[in-house]
Amino acid sequence: MAYGDLGSLIKSHKGGLKVPLTQARGLGAAHQGVHHWIAQRMTAIVSIPLLFWLAWSIIGLVHADHATFVAWLAKPCNAILMILTCVTFIWHAALGCQVVVEDYLHSEWFKIAKLIAMKVVLFVLAVACVFAVLKVAL
Amino acid sequence: MTDKTERPLSPHLQIYKWQITMAMSIMHRATGVALTFGLFILGWWLLAAASGPEAYDQFRSIIGHPAGVFVMMGLSFCLFYHLCTGIRHLFLDSGLFFKIPEIYASGYTALVCAVALTAMFWLAIVF
Repeated sequence: MAYGDLGSLIKSHKGGLKVPLTQARGLGAAHQGVHHWIAQRMTAIVSIPLLFWLAWSIIGLVHADHATFVAWLAKPCNAILMILTCVTFIWHAALGCQVVVEDYLHSEWFKIAKLIAMKVVLFVLAVACVFAVLKVAL
Repeated sequence: MTDKTERPLSPHLQIYKWQITMAMSIMHRATGVALTFGLFILGWWLLAAASGPEAYDQFRSIIGHPAGVFVMMGLSFCLFYHLCTGIRHLFLDSGLFFKIPEIYASGYTALVCAVALTAMFWLAIVF
């Protein structure tokens, strides 16, 4: 193959010679590495004991009035576990919803807009939950 | 950016044969999305408590309404289903349960556990 042919081949290839390197660095079709996958599993494992704690707590709090619930949530152990539960669940939900959006929305701009909107809303929810617990507990 | 693919992209659900394995996987995602909306009820509960007795009583009356209880029953099943199939997915991620009989057995086990946990949760609330 003459040099001229090779040059035109490289020029015709989208992104030139950079493409294989970016793929080798984990910037291929997924645009990232394994961090998302690991974080999703870590938050899932941490969620298991927190879920049982939350379910057990709800069973005891179903008939509680405001004063009883506030007294319960003001205990440091309950406040800390409630914040951990909210943050872990919302983090796990953001990671999970991201995969669902990436898999089922095929319009690139709509996908990006939806991902940003979803993460912003869930971040606001996380801040609101932490604020509410702190307001009651402090 | 002109290489727009026109072929159908995976997962294209319309050509899959419906069976318990794929149905459970889809349900895992669907319950996950439902639980994400459920997190807003968790946030509402905490914010109502932080806002005072009136807001908390309003929250309790809405959740305690038959329609609210119905939604909470659905969400609690979603929660325990997502828990059980999620634990199964963690085993699958580590390479376990991949033989066909195992993948069916673990699937049905997760389903039975989810129903049992939901039933136990509501029996504990009622009694």
